[in-house]
Amino acid sequence: MPNKDFVLSVEGLTVSFDGFKAVDDLSFYVDEGEIRVIIGPNGAGKTTVLDLICGRTKATDGSIKFRDQEFTRMKEHEIVHAGVGRKFQTPSIYEDLTVFENLELSYPKGHGVFGALMFKRDAAVINSVHEIAEMIFLKDHLYQRADLLSHGQKQWLEIGMLLIQDPALLMLDEPVAGMSIAERKLTAELLNRITQDRSVLVIEHDMQFVEDIAHRVTVLHQGKLLSEGSLEHVKNDPKVVEVYLGH
Amino acid sequence: MTTSSSTHSFFQKKDVLHYGLLALLLIVILPLSMDIFRLNLVGKYLTYAFVAVSLVLCWGYGGILSLGQGVFFGLGGYAMAMYLKIEASSPEATAIQSTPGIPDFMDWNQLTELPWFWEPFHSLGFTVLAILFVAPLFAYVIAVAMFKRRVGGVYFAIITQAIAAIITILIIGQQGYTGGVNGITDLRTLAGWDIRSDYAKYVLYFLCVGCLFAVLLLSQFVMKSKLGRLLVAIRDREDRVRFSGYDVSNFKIFIFCFAAMLSAVGGAMFTLQVGFMSPTLVGIVPSIEMVIFCAVGGRLSLIGAVYGTLLVNAAKTTMSEAFPELWLFAMGALFIGVVLAFPNGLAGVYITLKEKLFSTLSSSESKTKPPVDKPAAESKAAIPNASPANPS
Repeated sequence: MPNKDFVLSVEGLTVSFDGFKAVDDLSFYVDEGEIRVIIGPNGAGKTTVLDLICGRTKATDGSIKFRDQEFTRMKEHEIVHAGVGRKFQTPSIYEDLTVFENLELSYPKGHGVFGALMFKRDAAVINSVHEIAEMIFLKDHLYQRADLLSHGQKQWLEIGMLLIQDPALLMLDEPVAGMSIAERKLTAELLNRITQDRSVLVIEHDMQFVEDIAHRVTVLHQGKLLSEGSLEHVKNDPKVVEVYLGH
Repeated sequence: MTTSSSTHSFFQKKDVLHYGLLALLLIVILPLSMDIFRLNLVGKYLTYAFVAVSLVLCWGYGGILSLGQGVFFGLGGYAMAMYLKIEASSPEATAIQSTPGIPDFMDWNQLTELPWFWEPFHSLGFTVLAILFVAPLFAYVIAVAMFKRRVGGVYFAIITQAIAAIITILIIGQQGYTGGVNGITDLRTLAGWDIRSDYAKYVLYFLCVGCLFAVLLLSQFVMKSKLGRLLVAIRDREDRVRFSGYDVSNFKIFIFCFAAMLSAVGGAMFTLQVGFMSPTLVGIVPSIEMVIFCAVGGRLSLIGAVYGTLLVNAAKTTMSEAFPELWLFAMGALFIGVVLAFPNGLAGVYITLKEKLFSTLSSSESKTKPPVDKPAAESKAAIPNASPANPS
């Protein structure tokens, strides 16, 4: 397949941990501007796929192409600079720093040692932080230490930390897990707003949420691709019904 | 750290107060109230404070526990001692040796000429450069080997401790080149200026205080830059920092080398003021003592580290004069006690007291306003971590 239209092409991706293949010969393609949801039962390898794309885990075999860059040989921070943002399953923020500082550190400037030493908190940084804080509902908590935030607020903060990087591909690992109903609604709203001009890869269990946001769905099972297509198509696929939705 | 972005500068009003008080103590009160013997002793303790400050940077902020800071202290100290020893070993002064003109311990070890790596230490300029850059260079080699492979935490601490042991054994073993277990002793002049007179001791004491303040201000600048906040972030969530687009290992390498440089300056000041350098200041025991000074002062407070060093050493001197055999137990108990009861050391106690005072003042002032937790948040941000003795 030609990959010029795809923002992300994963081909023949395999990773084996001591002989156990967590991801096995997986191929899928994500279009520019697409929202793709990955679903699958526990242990299907969903989080591992995200780990592989963002360089946290090294692939045993296969290729991950982002536009025209090959990710399998790049380091984590290089992948970030290429335009990929990753949100972890449990909120992963800097709890000893304030909300402002959390966002500021994620601002894509001063990434080298001396860049960081000479980094100036100028108007562009401050405006950008305020803009993102407003977007993630944390405008009034800017100078609060991040560990005092609620679980949902921490999730938002991490999403905000990705947004300030302005990534072309956003990867979210269970963004609404552990959120209250109200927070969930706000988050869906937030995601709809921020996914306008970028591609998104989401892992999610909440089917209502999947229905709300997904353009296409990829179903994984035991590290392999089980089914792919619209949610409607996937839901009616007998293989999927058997391993996942039926239980 | 600041509560408002507009006041974000590296030196704030409260810092002026804290630095001013320390300067008052070190520049006015102590020199006026002590004889030169005691003041020289304070000067010696202050050289340990350089190491304690360096540990605040790499351990307190960066989460990198080094149990081998004595190595860098020693590298600085030995560089200084080599220069002074060469100057003290003029052919006239060493005429009774079988090979005049080389340091006495070399003569005792049947060496007949100065080893090649001693030669450049004829030059004071080279010596100063060596003090400043040899230790960071050595630290760089260690740090690149460890941090690029993502070795950290306890493993790193153990490796630094092993390095401290190895270097000590090396110094003791190579007696002819290093002076062995006695170290390099009988140092006399610095570029012709006698460092043993009372006057020289006063001058060196003030030089040491001056260097300490320079080191404190430089460290303050580093910690208040974005790099300081990044170090805290790395300590808490190394992975997240990577996925915010930073090459984490570079930052760890930088702060470890920077800390090594500060320690080396302290070592050089030690040699100048005490008049010798020996492996007893390089090994595991002094390296761990330095960590205790830092912990007692508060491992997140640069100035706290200075007070911690002074207090523990004052206690050590008093205690070991009265009960020499009990001192080590007392030191151990002190460390455990501090870590359990005051995880943020003296600085933590100070901040808690100030906070209490502040809240009673503000609550009596304005009963109408609802309580805002801004001051509390601010002072907590200044002491970001409350978990005791957690190196990673």
